[in-house]
Amino acid sequence: MRFTKDHEWITVKDGVATTGITAYAAGQLGDIVFVELPTIGKALKPGDGLAVVESVKAASDVYAPVAGEVLEINGDLAEYPELINQDPEGAAWIARLRLSDVSQIDALMDRAGYDAWLEER
Amino acid sequence: MTVRPLMRTPLHAANAALHARFTAFAGHDMPLHYDQGILAEHRWTRSHAGLFDISHMGVAVLTLNRPTGDPVADDLAVATALEALVPGDLRGLSRGRQRYTMLLNGAGGVIDDLMVVRVGPPGSLHLVVNASAKARDYALIGRTLAGVASLTPLTDQVLLALQGPEAAGALGLILPQATTLAFMDAGFQRFGPAQLLISRSGYTGEDGFEILAPASVAGALWAQLLDDPRVKPIGLGARDSLRLEAGLPLYGQDLDESVSPVEAGLRFVVSASRLHAGDMPGADRLKRELAEGPRRVRVGLRVHGAPARADAPITSGGQIIGRVTSGAFSPTLGAPIALGFVPPDLATPGVELSVLVRERPQPATVVPLPFVPHRYVRQA
Repeated sequence: MRFTKDHEWITVKDGVATTGITAYAAGQLGDIVFVELPTIGKALKPGDGLAVVESVKAASDVYAPVAGEVLEINGDLAEYPELINQDPEGAAWIARLRLSDVSQIDALMDRAGYDAWLEER
Repeated sequence: MTVRPLMRTPLHAANAALHARFTAFAGHDMPLHYDQGILAEHRWTRSHAGLFDISHMGVAVLTLNRPTGDPVADDLAVATALEALVPGDLRGLSRGRQRYTMLLNGAGGVIDDLMVVRVGPPGSLHLVVNASAKARDYALIGRTLAGVASLTPLTDQVLLALQGPEAAGALGLILPQATTLAFMDAGFQRFGPAQLLISRSGYTGEDGFEILAPASVAGALWAQLLDDPRVKPIGLGARDSLRLEAGLPLYGQDLDESVSPVEAGLRFVVSASRLHAGDMPGADRLKRELAEGPRRVRVGLRVHGAPARADAPITSGGQIIGRVTSGAFSPTLGAPIALGFVPPDLATPGVELSVLVRERPQPATVVPLPFVPHRYVRQA
């Protein structure tokens, strides 16, 4: 699992990436009440808006960690947005992307790096 | 550049000990929520009793400079003095009662909304104003009433709110006399060595109390209330979602200096007899709005889709016709709700409009206020 400084996580298997927001981000946002998911087929560059996660009081943007095309979105989040608070790095994945360039993952922080970076900021 | 540190309430350490997540609000370091989180705190308040530290608000006492010593005359005089700034009937405010009113500018726009309480020595009134506006309010009142009455902001006090269906039960164990208060009654009650000012009122739509206490007993009062299993600490996050469900306006969002009480749907604050006499700021505009209708009206909206937030445009037939002033997810209704201004002819419940969220239109239906029924105890 790799991490961005915008608190997205990403895992890859056979050229398909799964991404969501980290437990740290979910904790900071508080109770999630609504998730706006991307449309399937949407093409993204790193840093493009991928989704919007809404807490009671505010909306937060989720960004694409790497370049890719949206293959699949997590329909469970439409019915159970609170899943993000319960299992943000597992069942509450947000989207699956077909990657244009798998090597972009290598540039991202690993778990130890992300945890250390959280400590320092 | 000097950065002024946030002000802390006397209960800051107690809030920190309860793992409050703090947020900056009106220059104060306030609990946004505690361990439960906003949704759970909101639901707890509607089903049990929520305890809020709202000490950031402004509490001040207005007193006559030259009381005559005749209680009736002095009460009349201080009320008359403050009526220069408000549309309400303060002269008729009885001892032991509180009234919701507004400071209006010369154009009939709202400078702040506040509670005026008739308790304490004759010739005095307690005022409770919004944290965000208190400096401006105090300056305005001081200037306008100069020579007749003086305003003394209270310091070293805490203001607590205990709200919810179990609030009376919990408070009654500590302050038995409190439960004899009916909605909008107020009075002093003893707690240990101190006098507390208690009113039966709040900002959630639930039955509840607001309690002004000296800082010296604040810790003990806070702890005793939280000892009751029916009571949990609640932050400003849930305070906002609760008042929104109750259809109550937030100054700075739903009310500002361009908004009149009639536009805000709060015409009950305008005394008919005083308006008839032209005896209030903005009388001309208020008379016209009451006779012909205002240009815009505050309504409640049930939004279908993503929550609409403050400043989201409201459209009808593809045209922008209004603006959301407050919006959030309603835990009780399980859906987004919003307050906003629309033209009067679109202000009827059932009218279908749209709200632009991230530039995309979402359906929104006009619904009656409040979104969640009030449960005030009007007879104790």
